[in-house]
Parts: sequence; structure tokens; C-alpha cells
Amino acid sequence: MKVLVPVKRVVDYNIKPRVAADGSGVETQGVKMSMNPFDEIALEEALRLREKNQADEVIAVTIGPQVAQDVLRTAMAMGADRAILIRTDAEIEPRVVANLLKVIVERENPGIVSMGKQAIDDDMNATGQMLAAKLGWPQGTFASQVTVADSKVEVAREVDGGTEVLSLSLPAVITADLRLNEPRYATLPNIMKARKKPLETIEADSLGVDLTSHLKLVSVAEPPERTAGVIVETVEELVEKLKTEAKVI
Amino acid sequence: MTALVLIESEHGKIRQASRSALAAAAQFGDVDAIILGNEGIDAAAKLAGVRKILHVPALKSALAEPTAALLASLSSSYSHILSAASSMGKNILPRLAGLLDVQPISDVVKINDEATFVRPIYAGNALATVQSSDTVKVLTVRGSSFDPVAEEGGSASVEVLEAPAEDGKSSFLRLEQTESDRPELEVARVVISGGKGLKDESNFHSLLEPVADKLGAAIGASRAAVDSGFAPNEMQVGQTGKIVAPELYIAVGLSGAIQHLAGMKDSRVIVAVNLDPDAPIFKVADYGIVGDLFEVLPALEKAL
Ligand SMILES: Cc1cc2nc3c(=O)[nH]c(=O)nc-3n(C[C@H](O)[C@H](O)[C@H](O)COP(=O)(O)OP(=O)(O)OC[C@H]3O[C@@H](n4cnc5c(N)ncnc54)[C@H](O)[C@@H]3O)c2cc1C
Repeated sequence: MKVLVPVKRVVDYNIKPRVAADGSGVETQGVKMSMNPFDEIALEEALRLREKNQADEVIAVTIGPQVAQDVLRTAMAMGADRAILIRTDAEIEPRVVANLLKVIVERENPGIVSMGKQAIDDDMNATGQMLAAKLGWPQGTFASQVTVADSKVEVAREVDGGTEVLSLSLPAVITADLRLNEPRYATLPNIMKARKKPLETIEADSLGVDLTSHLKLVSVAEPPERTAGVIVETVEELVEKLKTEAKVI
Repeated sequence: MTALVLIESEHGKIRQASRSALAAAAQFGDVDAIILGNEGIDAAAKLAGVRKILHVPALKSALAEPTAALLASLSSSYSHILSAASSMGKNILPRLAGLLDVQPISDVVKINDEATFVRPIYAGNALATVQSSDTVKVLTVRGSSFDPVAEEGGSASVEVLEAPAEDGKSSFLRLEQTESDRPELEVARVVISGGKGLKDESNFHSLLEPVADKLGAAIGASRAAVDSGFAPNEMQVGQTGKIVAPELYIAVGLSGAIQHLAGMKDSRVIVAVNLDPDAPIFKVADYGIVGDLFEVLPALEKAL
């Protein structure tokens, strides 16, 4: 069984994003970029399936400009066998991402698509569900545990009231939550080895998918800033202020 | 224009987050609601401002596959299909959007007009205004941003719907729930959250619970506290946990990482207790105590 792992290049999670002065978006020029943390977890899960002999090939795929191949090299340094860059300079919305991924899925025939539950830039939390819908596959979203057995996968999901466990027939789409696993680091020798692994480039506009967005970004603004308050010396002073000044207790 | 809202019940009542989604939907025109399973039907029929309740007894497990298929079959009658940005809404609505080939809009915090919405991006560090050209708009809305519709006052008609046949590709096995007498995190008036600074699970309980009891507060946790096993995952507050906006949020022994702030910085009053005067949580706190939580919490419990 192949596992396909879509990964996204995003502003590193340690960087505090800055809104561009003209309100056109968030600054990404000269900012450290990394693989979306949820995608690292999804990739780790795929690698573990391969190590347990439940998968035989792990393929990373990303959609973006030429530089997006960085995250594919990282994915291969972590252990992916090969990678596919679907190249485009256009801004691609999650719906189009799902349409492009569907073409790749139909070409590669993976048994599982393992992906992050959301990208930490647009926080949309939608691509996996849309891809599953378009493929007519079952979905296991917000996964905290994945167990493959007998052409089925059992997925424990993080839901509002606790943990829900589903059984899905394969093929299926699984989206990773934070607690699914702790991703490995790419070691230096593996980073070197990854340079020799195959990376295929496909032009996005050659796949017969309409790349235009249905959702237009009108503007981006800073959220209202909270200002730091006061430091109080004692618990009594705190309780007093909560009662008389803030009037919350 | 008519909107359809997927609503959820809990203990026979309609969840507050669903009532907030109904309030958001009312900005578009008439509102119908759809509810799955057999719980909360009476409560749903009494909700203020709802025209019709679509009741789907068969889909009580709310599996995404048949539910999204059913919503897709109803979509031609609606201009907007909404739900709360709950784990259920976030599971089902994007799948519906996938079936319809529309771009869903998650976590809406403001409606500018029928096609223009505001939503947080980058863990709430920026607010994006977006405009949709889809004929059916699929949205999840953030409960804390819309005042919920009243639980009573309406008299909606109830129509029972058949569910589409399940395709057998997905089945529900079980729900492992953590029972608690405390108020629900997302609707509590007061939330007290603990972080890594509590050091272990027994401190997490023995230090936070007495204060929470006095304040009638819900208890939350940072991701580091959840990862360390101090608290179950559904207590996590933040970008990838619950989004809360209580009257009072007390952050104890947590540093205030941007991912945590994303889940609580819209609280009305924030109190922080931390040993480190430079902890980022103090930048958003209205009141801070620089001190050892092992002394501050017992003292706070006494002072309340
Ligand atoms: C993709 C992604 C998503 C994430 N989503 C979330 C999320 O939703 N929610 C979330 O919370 N985190 C999230 N995180 C993790 C986040 O980045 C931080 O790692 C986490 O919030 C830190 O938790 P903490 O503040 O408890 O721990 P720490 O940062 O370790 O802070 C512990 C604090 O306790 C204080 N302390 C220690 N001892 C005492 C004492 N005796 N008395 C008083 N204070 C004391 C310390 O000074 C310190 O400030 C996410 C991370 C990633 C990468």
C-alpha cells in the first residue's frame, strides 16, 4: 500500500506573523518558512506505517512555487521515498488544492492519504474533508490514533466531548491532530541522502483543474491589540481589583 | 435568502455554539435548522427565530459521509449552510463543500454582508476579510463572536427526514467521554487554565479544582499540560483546541505561547500567575501576579 502525504510550506510556527502595511496579507518575504507542523505529524504516521510493514511507499506532495520543494526535501530527509511538486505561482485556495490532489491520488492509487488537519497559516481545516468528499472516500479527521488492520483503519478522533473511534474501509483520508505522534527530526546523513531521492515536478496548469479561487481575499488587518495591565503584589489585592475594578466576581 | 444550520444538542438542550450559529444565520434571512438523532428535538422546536426543524433520526452518530451527502441533497433550497465551528461542524461542513465544489469559510467571526466575512488566520494574529462567489456559501462560525438566539420563544414546525443509505465505508465504534459536573469550557463565565508549571497531574487537580469550585469555573489547559498527561485533550485551549471568551480567564503556570493566546485573548478580563515576569502571558493580562503558583493558588482559594 502507498501512503500519500500532502505537505504545505508555511511561516514557521515560532514566528509571530506580521500584517503587511498595505493590508494585502501577512509578510512572508524574508520570513523563516517550514513544513506545516500538522503535516509533519501526518508524515510521521505514514513513515511508522511503512516501518510496521503496513505500507510500502510514502510519497510527499506539495502545491506551490519552485521554493516549495524545500518542504519536499525535508519530507524526504524525514523518510519519504519520493516527492511530487505541483508547481504554480498562483495563490491556490483549499478547494483547488483538493481538486489537484484528487488528480494525483487517481494517478498514484494510495491506500491512505495522510494529511495535517489544518495549515497554520490560513487555519481553514478543510482540505482533507474536501478531498475525501471528491474521491468518495471515508474520512478520519483530527486523528489522535490510527490502527490499520485487514483493509480497514480504526481512527480515534479528538472531538469536543472526548474521543470518538471510527472504523473506515480503505482507501481513506486521515487528518492528523497534534497528539497523533511526535515527528522525528531529519538527521544530517538523511538530509544528504534526501538530495538523491526522486522529486518530480508537474505544472499545476497541466492537470486540467481550474485554478481560479471562489474566495477572494479582500484585506487583512491586525486584530485589536490587548494592552498589558498591572502587576499586583498580593492575592488580596487581586481579589479586591476583580471585585471592585473589573467587577467580574 | 434562506439559511440552513446544522445544530447539536447536549443533555437534551441545544448547544450554545449552535444557538450562536443560528444568530449568525439570521443575518441572511429565514433560518431552518437540521438536527441529527433523537435528542433535543423538543428544545430545537422552541428555539427563537427558527422557521422549520429538519429532524434526521437515523444519523445519530453524525458520520460525516452520510450527513454531508444529505446536506448536499438539500443545498439547492439554501443560500447559506452553517454550523458552529465545533468538532462536528468542522468535520462535516468542509466535506459538504467538497461535494458541492465550493470553498468553505471556517471560523467566521463577523458577517459584513451575504458574501463577505471576517475570519481569523495565523492563529488569530491577523483578521482576513474574504468574499465568496459561490452560490451556496458554507460557513462555520465561532460561537464567542455571535450572541446566541434564545432557547425559547419560537414554534418551529418539525419535519422528519430520511437519511441516505449508508455506504458502509465508515462506521461509528464508540465515544469515550469525560464526564464532568463543571460548566462547559466554551460557555463558562469563568475559566481557569493550567500549564506545564503545575508539574504533574495531581497538582493540576488539587490546586486548580478548589479555586474553580469557588468561582464556578470551567478548567482549561495548555497543550503542554495536555501532552504531559495533566488533563484530557478536550480541555486544551488554543489554536488547535477550544476557543473561549469568558468574562474572566485565569492563566496559571502557562507561558502564553501564540497558539495558546489564539484560544483565549478575546476574554474580557485576563489574570496571569507566573514565576517569570517576562512570560508573554503578562502582555495580554489585565492583572498579573509574579509568583509561585504553589503559594498563589491556595492563597487565592482562601481569599475568594
Ligand atoms: C501547530 C501547533 C499548535 C499548537 N496549538 C496549541 C494550542 O491550541 N494550545 C496551546 O496551549 N498550545 C498549543 N501549542 C503549543 C504551544 O506552542 C506551547 O508549546 C504551549 O502552549 C506551552 O504550554 P505551557 O505554557 O503550559 O508550557 P511552557 O511554555 O513550558 O510554560 C510553563 C510556564 O509555567 C511557568 N511556571 C513554572 N513553574 C511555575 C510556578 N511554580 N509558578 C508559576 N509559574 C510557573 C513558567 O515560567 C512558564 O512560563 C501548539 C503548537 C504548535 C506547533
